Amino acid sequence: MNEVQSWQDIEPLLSVRNLTKFYSPGKGCGDVSFDLYPGEVLGIVGESGSGKSTLLNSLSNRLRPDSGEILYNSEQFGELNLYAAEESERRILMRSEWGIVHQHARDGLRMNVSAGANIGERLMAVGERHYGDIRQRALQWLEAVEIEAGRIDDKPSQFSGGMQQRLQIARNLVTHPRLIFMDEPTGGLDVSVQARLLDLLRNLVANLGLSVIIVTHDLAVARLLAHRLMVMRRGEVVESGLTDQVLDDPQHPYTQLLVSSILQN
Amino acid sequence: MTTMIEVKGVEKQFTLHNQGGASFDVLKGNDLSVTAGECVVLHGQSGAGKSTLLKALYANYKVNNGSISLRDGEELVDITTALPRRIIALRERTLGYVSQFLRVIPRVPTLQVVMQPLLDLGEEEAVCEAKAKELLSRLNVPQRLWTLAPSTFSGGEQQRVNIARGFIVDYPILLLDEPTASLDAANRRVVVELIDEAKQRGAAIVGIFHDEDVREAVADRLVDLRAL
Repeated sequence: MNEVQSWQDIEPLLSVRNLTKFYSPGKGCGDVSFDLYPGEVLGIVGESGSGKSTLLNSLSNRLRPDSGEILYNSEQFGELNLYAAEESERRILMRSEWGIVHQHARDGLRMNVSAGANIGERLMAVGERHYGDIRQRALQWLEAVEIEAGRIDDKPSQFSGGMQQRLQIARNLVTHPRLIFMDEPTGGLDVSVQARLLDLLRNLVANLGLSVIIVTHDLAVARLLAHRLMVMRRGEVVESGLTDQVLDDPQHPYTQLLVSSILQN
Repeated sequence: MTTMIEVKGVEKQFTLHNQGGASFDVLKGNDLSVTAGECVVLHGQSGAGKSTLLKALYANYKVNNGSISLRDGEELVDITTALPRRIIALRERTLGYVSQFLRVIPRVPTLQVVMQPLLDLGEEEAVCEAKAKELLSRLNVPQRLWTLAPSTFSGGEQQRVNIARGFIVDYPILLLDEPTASLDAANRRVVVELIDEAKQRGAAIVGIFHDEDVREAVADRLVDLRAL
């Protein structure tokens, strides 16, 4: 049974060991450990203030932890101990193998340059120079995120919130990253716009075999996108496991409270 | 015959931490063994733990004690201790589950909903589409609905879409949680045929069926779960 063997031979993409970052007691995240495998989508859920965003920022090279290790299996650099690595290597990583989708698109886009330039910029950062190729790739990605080709020269400030979010996703994916961090990607969008974005994300993640760490307080989003979940409360992971198991048979009192607080339809 | 499912001493207790810590035992040391080509029907009154056992077999519910081993090729996987990604791999190829209700994803059309599990295995799109259409036809889901998302469908239509989705992959192990609950007699007969075909290709099936006619038609063995 080859499939079963190859399944066991795969190395984790990301190994997190005892990651701790506290601003003050109870504010931050403590002693978080997990492995993320290629193609896996990990959801981090919990209420505001539970430490989800602190954890995501630490994981994604934006916030140096107090202690603990993040080991990343890089295509270009081999095994990398993130915060011990050279600044130059980390910078290259951030614009090639990694992507970050911010909750507010304006944090991830350059609002005063065109949509095409927003996508092209990341390609240029990894060494693409041919204008025609870059524009062609930008067009392909606009199509992939369901933005009309005719909008390529418009600035993101002229786009709706949902379109901005889709543009941000295109900008991230154009360099074929292996690992994407998402912080409440559907937060602040209308429900109808959310559904479209979720559908898009779900397909892109599956088709490109991306590994994703997604922070959300929306358990429906977590159920739709994540293979497994970590539930955070006051900076600690209180429960983790297969997404549907955590949501359908929650063990920890806090997870039970979260799940039972959702309105049923 | 090859044993596909081996359940030993499974215990399941629910504790409701936010309701005064109320706790109740649902499964207490249950055993179950199912071989390839066999259909076992779980029997017992409401509250006896039929659904709980089925959900535990899918690793959807966590058990407190005991082991649940499922055959994946040459390997026996104890899903009570397996890693999430092992269970996901098992569910992709080996372990199918048809629940009573379809979990609708906004915007995704019926045909896509049905095809997806087979597409995920890397099968060619044309093959998946042909098989999905065949199943939807057999289950009398009108062709005009295939391109629509099933969110607005009736309960019976959604259930038939769900059954088509559950049978599109030839899973070696199939779990059926009242798949015929809101179906008419004609469609119940189609489900019985699908189950028979699955048994003939060697699938091990565990199911819950309230209709006596379906139960009698498909069950090789009834397993009684007594309420505690």
